[in-house]
Amino acid sequence: MAEQGSIPLIWRRYPQRYRLEGNKCENCGTYFFPPRLVCPNCRRRGSLTKHVFSGKGVVESYTVVHVPPDEMAGQEPYVLALVRLEEGPVVTAVVTDVDPEDVKIGTRVRLAFRRISEQGESGLVCYGYKFAPEKGF
Amino acid sequence: MLVAGIVGYGAYVPRYRIKVEEIARVWNKDPEAIKKGLNLLEKSVPGLDEDSVTIAVEASRNALSRAGISPEKIGAVFVGSESPPYAVKPSATIVAEAIGSVPVMMAADLEFACKAGTQAVLNCIGLVDSGMIDYGLGVGSDTSQGRPGDALEYSASAGGAAFIIGKKDALAEVEEFYSYTTDTPDFWRKEGQEYPRHGARFTGRPAYFKHVLSASKGVMEKGGYSPSDFDYAVFHQPNGKFPLLAAKQLGIPKEKVLPGLLSPVIGNTYSGATLLGLAAVLDRAGPGDLILATSYGSGAGSDAMVIRVTDRIEEKRDKAPKVEEYVSRKKHVTYGEYVKLRRKLKV
Repeated sequence: MAEQGSIPLIWRRYPQRYRLEGNKCENCGTYFFPPRLVCPNCRRRGSLTKHVFSGKGVVESYTVVHVPPDEMAGQEPYVLALVRLEEGPVVTAVVTDVDPEDVKIGTRVRLAFRRISEQGESGLVCYGYKFAPEKGF
Repeated sequence: MLVAGIVGYGAYVPRYRIKVEEIARVWNKDPEAIKKGLNLLEKSVPGLDEDSVTIAVEASRNALSRAGISPEKIGAVFVGSESPPYAVKPSATIVAEAIGSVPVMMAADLEFACKAGTQAVLNCIGLVDSGMIDYGLGVGSDTSQGRPGDALEYSASAGGAAFIIGKKDALAEVEEFYSYTTDTPDFWRKEGQEYPRHGARFTGRPAYFKHVLSASKGVMEKGGYSPSDFDYAVFHQPNGKFPLLAAKQLGIPKEKVLPGLLSPVIGNTYSGATLLGLAAVLDRAGPGDLILATSYGSGAGSDAMVIRVTDRIEEKRDKAPKVEEYVSRKKHVTYGEYVKLRRKLKV
């Protein structure tokens, strides 16, 4: 979730980044995150409505980052995981508040609201989602 | 008697801790003297991806879980903090956007040293009581800093709590309030300065004790309560010693203060401190219990509230993590790691 440059782009994504807002196709029942403009299954028959995800999920796979991008410098080593949300979609996100050795495939996680990056000393702070272990949150 | 009550509350404390021994080791101080003198063992330290806004959001989400209301119903969001990430740009709008309360609502940040949190809650109580809004969210959240080597470094910590105020289905009723405010120069930080300055011993009698005792006695007199009426008492906790001394002077036994006394194990969470203490008490209080909660903010002022727990506490309490769960979730850091986490190291 590295954020570069464009303030309008960052701002436009607040609903998904801040509160995990995606959508659901009322026709086929599939949930999407990030939100889709068209349901890929139903196309014109699809009907997309807003859905705020519960934030509960399971680590489906993960890697440990030792050489981070500049905006994450100092936080390494950290876990970057594929989190399967309970509604279905898979989200790529950092698992925070945990030592990397304590994350396993199958670890239950919950939504966390964190600083993702900062546009320099005087620039915008970009907030967004990470995940944290559900147990011992 | 007010009609507004607490419909939801939530807490948040970061995961990292630093022990008094570790700070004292670096500055060649006697840790036992500090531990005994200030009744402090360790304090919370925020992670690199945390600030007063992220703490406020986590606490507010927990409060929403307990309130069980849709976030769009919240008509006001006030965030009290002395450590906002922006000098200009409200924290309250970020919190409101993150919990999904925008856009039909009012919002503002409050600053009153450690008192901004209870002031945020009082603002909501006033607005709900007057009928201007149905629900209001008041948050106290801080990632406070002490100058390296200063006595404040042993206590200045991070944490926050959020309270949702409304009229329907309250888990606790706010029966009475009393605020006591004067201009007292006991602690300040000027624009552009990284660390605050304080009046050392001056922060005690003419500052903390005068305001906390005046507000506590004031609310008792105003509402016709006596010290023995209270089952629990929470006072602002700049250290572990002051709240116990205040209770003693009011004739409230130590046992009624200890459940809400968190500073020995997490330090002084500033705007979060009194509200976190109150949250810890609500985590264990039973229906009918009476709570006295008195904050203190340097500069200086105190808000005292008398709170009566209702039957609904039982059904709401387990809907979010308890304060104790956050307090016992911890990872100790060295002074070097603490310096890195608090961004005291310029790279």
